[in-house]
Amino acid sequence: MDPLLLLEQAFNGLQFGVMLFLIAAGLTLVFGIMDLVNLAHGSLVMIGAYLATTLIAWTDSFIFGIALALPATFAVGVLVEVVALRTLYRRNHLDQVLATFGLILFFNEVVRIIWGAQSIYSGLPDYLSGQVEIIPGAPYPVFRLVIIAVGLIVAALIYTIVAHTRLGMLIRAGASNNEMVGALGINIKSLFTFVFALGAVFAGLAGMMLGPLTSVEPGIGEPLLILAFVVIIIGGIGSIRGAFIAAILIGMADTVGRVFLPVLLRIFVSDAAADTAGPALASMLIYILMAAILVVRPRGLFPARTG
Amino acid sequence: MTEAALRIEGLCKSFGSLVATDDLHLDIAPGEIHAIIGPNGAGKTTLIAQLSGELRSDRGRVSFAGRDITSMSMPARSALGLARSFQVTSIFQDFSALDNVALAVQAQAGHSFHFWRPAQKDPRLQDPAREALARIGLGDRGDVPAANLSHGEQRQLEIAMALATRPSLLLLDEPMAGMGRDESRHMVDLLQGLKGDHTIVLIEHDMDAVFALADRITVLVYGRAIATGAPAQIRADRAVRAAYLGTESSTDIGDA
Amino acid sequence: MNRQQIWISLITLTLFAVVPPLTVLFDQPFYLDMFARIMILAIAAVSLDLILGHGGMVSFGHAVYMGIGAYAVGILSYYGIDNGFIQFPLAMLASALIGLIFGAMSLRTSGVYFIMITLAFAQMLFFLAISLEEFGGDDGMSAARSEFAGLIDMYDGVQFYYLIFACLALVLYLLHRLVLSRFGMVIRASRSNEKRMHAIGYPTYRYKLAAFTIAGTICGLAGALFANLNEFVSPDVMHWTHSGEIMVMVIMGGIGTLIGPVLGASAFLLLEEYLPEWMEMVMTNGGEHWAIVMGPILIAIVLFGRGGIHALFASRGKIGVKQND
Repeated sequence: MDPLLLLEQAFNGLQFGVMLFLIAAGLTLVFGIMDLVNLAHGSLVMIGAYLATTLIAWTDSFIFGIALALPATFAVGVLVEVVALRTLYRRNHLDQVLATFGLILFFNEVVRIIWGAQSIYSGLPDYLSGQVEIIPGAPYPVFRLVIIAVGLIVAALIYTIVAHTRLGMLIRAGASNNEMVGALGINIKSLFTFVFALGAVFAGLAGMMLGPLTSVEPGIGEPLLILAFVVIIIGGIGSIRGAFIAAILIGMADTVGRVFLPVLLRIFVSDAAADTAGPALASMLIYILMAAILVVRPRGLFPARTG
Repeated sequence: MTEAALRIEGLCKSFGSLVATDDLHLDIAPGEIHAIIGPNGAGKTTLIAQLSGELRSDRGRVSFAGRDITSMSMPARSALGLARSFQVTSIFQDFSALDNVALAVQAQAGHSFHFWRPAQKDPRLQDPAREALARIGLGDRGDVPAANLSHGEQRQLEIAMALATRPSLLLLDEPMAGMGRDESRHMVDLLQGLKGDHTIVLIEHDMDAVFALADRITVLVYGRAIATGAPAQIRADRAVRAAYLGTESSTDIGDA
Repeated sequence: MNRQQIWISLITLTLFAVVPPLTVLFDQPFYLDMFARIMILAIAAVSLDLILGHGGMVSFGHAVYMGIGAYAVGILSYYGIDNGFIQFPLAMLASALIGLIFGAMSLRTSGVYFIMITLAFAQMLFFLAISLEEFGGDDGMSAARSEFAGLIDMYDGVQFYYLIFACLALVLYLLHRLVLSRFGMVIRASRSNEKRMHAIGYPTYRYKLAAFTIAGTICGLAGALFANLNEFVSPDVMHWTHSGEIMVMVIMGGIGTLIGPVLGASAFLLLEEYLPEWMEMVMTNGGEHWAIVMGPILIAIVLFGRGGIHALFASRGKIGVKQND
């Protein structure tokens, strides 16, 4: 097996992993604190991607475009929370699933009306579109390295916020006892809105970085949303640390598995069988991983809540 | 000496640094009503949860009629004849009172992989359920949805469900909780009537009820049994008075 | 289950029964196909109602069992086995087996973990289907209609229609019995208060697993019929939005009522059919964007429509619709 290929795939896995973490972070916080299952979280990935693509084109600057798209996504998050989701906190999970399912239909259609059903593409500025040699002889796209860096920085940021700031203290208190936060004189409604919008920004950021890698089209967030679910199931609902570890694990397993599983299988079975079974097995790998982890730990690796 | 109905040996349970059950040793004699009292946070409900199998114990051993049940699940213990009631009423709210009890009867009538015949028309379930309801004083309330019963009636239904599993031992977690004076008196009569047929472990805050019913009393403080004995002994015990009864008005105990 | 529910069921089934003569009378064969589709999805929705409405298990991957039933027919047909007496039992057996495996793992968890895990397992088979190039991968595969030794001609629209009708009626009757049986009592009581069930001696896991498997099996039947209807099988049938739609049908029609989901499937598919037309009348090209109305309709049903369509007809006697999670 080619060690350089392995290294490249490990970087791809890491990049996919941090992206999943950005999506899973908001999802797990919102679930852990507000007890809300939000399927429409994937729509925020999509909205972030569209906003960024449009604003980059409008400002004619990648940096400015992203810089404007982030607060814009935050605003969308605030709007969605205040208008739609707030009423769902006291509902059971089934109601939440169905109502946010309705939201997905709505958002996908809004996007189709504004931007059309076709994919749109956002290019990269020259300084991000090249390659660098991570080690001699192994060129790697700059932009993917940027994604990894941004992902790790944001992960550190979220961890610091939750573990070491007053906001984080409120978030942790809110997760266990809403009345207590109220008694501290904090408006719990505003706190929830803020946390939700923060999660929206992280998801939107993932979408913004996804845009230049693929194309932007209605519904791009949905497959990622389901993977983010797998991440927070493995990590333990409500746990940021768990989400991070699980996201990297899933990112690595999926990326590396797709490349190497067919190769590995050839050792054991005929080439033809390996070529058929390899991709099939690779596409199921992360779910098998999830099932295996749940057999041992039904509440994930780091269960943050016992209730 | 006859074998203990329930034997607790060196039972421990802690939640983090909080020790809820601390090296507890206790024998419950067959046929007795054994009350367990103690101030709030003494670990009484934790103990019931450990005995019924809801909580796994950290250490120690529980045997029921000579059989080690320490690692048995809740349903398995129930099948052996160990029934419990809950401190916070735990019934099937959207089922009728009769169906609540019929479900308990059904639990002891073999497996429930019967897919065809309507359960609510099966006399093998309905008749014993009616009987249990009548015995508990809810004979004419069978068709009422459990959610619509009064609080006292729901507490009675709790006991009826436990009884319907035909247990040899009842673990009752504050059966009088939230009851008025009349309702409590009614419950005391009812439990008195069960004496002899069932061994009863009773957790209760109502001292009148405890001293009226119990053959023996164990006082639990911070998960430890500080005294076990007949009601008169417990009433006279200085350590008990200091640790627990002193916090209640002493005339309550005199009244009993 | 009360008398009203039985009446609603009988009237609904009667309406389905008179569709074929009406389509012949008015020469509108399109409706035969449409109501056949409605009944197939109704079977899927009713099977979900068993575990969702009566068992309180919020399974978000139910479409996967339709997919397994459909692929069983498709794959057997691919290998030249068109005999329905082999295809249908195998389709249901395969769905039962997958239901048993997925259920065994999912039911170890509860609440939101359960929702997400059932979704993830469904997604796993969706991607598996896509990666199976032999069976058409992404594009799907065509499937001949089943042969029933000359007893039923599946290419005769009316005969096929009444086969589906018989399946729906049978499923409704069987589940009606099941819900009222000892097994049904255990399933419903486990939704109501699982801890109490443990305390009175029920190992609830095995009963829930059995219910989960039964639901999967019945949904597999719907899948086998679906493959026959479309003469085509593709991974789309297992797409997660399809699972969501089946769930919507259950809620729209009335959760925990068995006949409700049949009404829900009818309403959902009729809306899907006619909403675009209505929107086209309001504005040009409005039909393309029917989802912008469908989404808020769903939200409104969740927020305001307690009991679903069924509650409009049944004034009393609801079977508990409380969710415990």
